[in-house]
This record gives sequence, C-alpha cells and structure tokens, in this order.
Amino acid sequence: MSIRHSLLALLSEGPKYGFQLRQEFEASTGEVWPLNVGQVYTTLQRLERDGLATSDDMDDDERQKNYRITELGHEELSRWLRTPPDLSEPPRDELVIKVLVASRLPDVDVYEVIQVHRRYIVQLMQQWTHLKEDESHFDLAFALAVDAELFRLDAVVRWLDAADGRLHRAAFEPAPENNVALPSIRRRTGAHR
Amino acid sequence: MSMLELRKVSKSYGQGANEVDALSDIDLNVERGSLVAIMGPSGSGKSTLLTIAGSLEEPTTGDVMIDGVRLSGMSRNDKARLRRRSVGYVFQDFNLLAGLTAVENVSLPLELDGMSMKKARAKGIEALEGLGLGDRATNYPDQLSGGERQRVAIARAVVGERSLLLADEPSGALDSLNGETVMRMILSACHGGVAAVVVTHDAKLASWADRVVFLRDGKAVDETLPPPTPEELLIPDVPNPA
Repeated sequence: MSIRHSLLALLSEGPKYGFQLRQEFEASTGEVWPLNVGQVYTTLQRLERDGLATSDDMDDDERQKNYRITELGHEELSRWLRTPPDLSEPPRDELVIKVLVASRLPDVDVYEVIQVHRRYIVQLMQQWTHLKEDESHFDLAFALAVDAELFRLDAVVRWLDAADGRLHRAAFEPAPENNVALPSIRRRTGAHR
Repeated sequence: MSMLELRKVSKSYGQGANEVDALSDIDLNVERGSLVAIMGPSGSGKSTLLTIAGSLEEPTTGDVMIDGVRLSGMSRNDKARLRRRSVGYVFQDFNLLAGLTAVENVSLPLELDGMSMKKARAKGIEALEGLGLGDRATNYPDQLSGGERQRVAIARAVVGERSLLLADEPSGALDSLNGETVMRMILSACHGGVAAVVVTHDAKLASWADRVVFLRDGKAVDETLPPPTPEELLIPDVPNPA
C-alpha cells in the first residue's frame, strides 16, 4: 500500500491540509486501511524533502500547513500509476510453506491441515461478504476494496483446492526418484532477474 | 424450525465390488430463513446431496424430511406434489424451456399444480417484477442475457409458496458481478422465510451463506463456525486463573 503515492494523488486534486489528507485517504479506500496522523505527516515531510510537494509557510495565526503537489510530483504520480507492481518473484507465502511442510511429515494429515486453512479463509470471506450485504450503505470505494480482498482470499482457497487434488493424485502415482521441484522453481525465477 | 432435515443419509451406486459410496452418513439441518452452502471438489457428492434433498432421488439409507414430513413413507404422487409446492430448483444451465416466454416459464409449475392460467400468470409477473424483470416477462429465453435467464430461473424457483430453494452452481458461467446478483436474490428469498441450499465449488458464492458445509468423498468433514453474536462480542476477556 503506497501511502506516499496515494497522498500525491489526493494533492493532485488541489492543495490540502494534513488532517484533511488523512480523512480523504481513509474515505477513498473505503476505510479499509486506517491511517494514523503521524504516518501522514512523516510521509508529507518526505514528499517535501524529495521535491514532490511543497508547503506554504505557516503564518503566525495559521496552525496547519497547506500542502501542494509540484510538477515533479505530477510526473512521479503518473509514472507510479503505470508501473506494474513487482509480481515476478513468488512471495514467501507462509501458507504455501505450511502445506509443503505438512505434505512431507509422515505423522501429519496434510488434507486436515489444508481443511483447517480452507475453513478459516472461507470464514474470513463470509465476514467480508457480510459487509457488502447491506446495499443501503453502498460506498463504491469500499465495495472495490472488499472485492479485492475477496478475490485475494478466493485465490488462496482455489490454490488449497488444487493442492488437495494434486496431493491426492500424487498419492496414487509413483513418486519420481529425485524430487527436484524446488531447485527448478528457483532456477526458473532466477532467469527473469 | 427445520425446513430441510437429512438424517444419516447415505447413497451408494452399483453393487458388490463395483459399489461406490456417493454419500455416507450425512446429517444436515436447514432452518427457515437460512442459507447453507455445500462446498467440495467435483465428485464429492454435492449434486447427489441436492437431488436427494429435493426428493428427485432416494437415499440408500437414512431419512429426508421436508417441512417436518418424512419422504420415505410418501407415495410417488405425494412426493411430486410436495416438490411442485414446496421445492424450487436452480440449475447451473438455467433449464428454461425455450418455447415459453419468461413469465410462462415461471408460471408453469403453478399451472401444473392446478392453479388457473390467469392467476398463475399474475403470480409469475409478480415474481419477475420482484427480481427486476417485469419488462422482460414476454421475452423468450434466447432474447435474454445470461444474467436475466438466471433471474428468471430464480423467479421460477421461488414463485408461489415455495419454502425450500435448492441451487446447483447457480451462477453457472456468469461473471462475478452477475454471480453476486444471483446470490443477493437467493439471500433475499431467505430473508422472506425460504430455506436455501446452494451447492458450489466457488468460495465467493459460498461466502454469502450463513453456514458452509465442506463435503469430501461423500462425507461432511467440516463446517464454518457461526459468526459471533453481538452479545458474544460484548463479553470481556476473563483472564485464566493461574
């Protein structure tokens, strides 16, 4: 979650105060990511340091600084929006590691381990879906953020289902002599660097 | 009160060495007003469970009760009547009759049950209007979009006084927003007192349910915990005595 660029985006609409930026950030993300005011001011200081935003000098009777985006800030925002996030490296996913470990341990029922996680994630999805249920409080930013979370969790459930099926299938097929799956994954991702 | 109850339901196909257990010892209760999802991989027995719950198939052993009535003692005609009056089905491929308009598709089960054509049509239009399809009532299925066809199928499943809705992968090949619309409609039928069972392998659909039951190799292996009630959320943490 890039707070830095989200604040730049809000400043690109016009000059704003720090407190106002925090409120608008939370509203624009459907209040799914709360932000403390300290984070806002630290980020604003860095934006100023890097020449991406400037602030008006404080008058004696004015207690808050007014921030505005610079030309460099506009360029940075435009570049960031179009830069793909780094998805080329597989993340070190704790759940994947747990299932891999469970599949190797003789005393562990890997299907039971998978089911524990599947149930937990479906319960989380029920909670998110429940938040969407009440359409009378419809908020577009909130619906988008909740959808993103549901799709992310859904992908995890689908991976668990595939892992379950693949392990089942492997149990009925003879295993190859040397299991080289992990080193070969490493080699393949290394080739993209 | 339980609208659908399965007690120790088992189903096997074939005989002797070829016998396959499709379902074993399934217990399931679905109350009026609640939505239960059944999740499981292909071949886990989901669809068999649904056809048995809807009295389209007999269990090998065990009991099925719909609205407190045991199906095993009923005659074929009585079962057919119960199906027409109380049970609505929604299938993956919608199963609308191509030669009938939307409203004719919806009102057909009422007419089959002896309701006059005029009255059945009025009920059909009312059900379609309830799902935002009032203006499409006289369209034929091939004049409707996939999402509209599935809404007609839902209208047909809840028309009249149906109190049990059984759905097999109800969002079919619809995109995720249309799938969401389908689940909202099923949920709104539940809020009106219908008991619903949705069979799916899609966790996004299942997450609309009050309870998700996980099926594996014909057995109910797990289910989600009920969400905490507001009262439970208010109970303060009590430290364990050392």
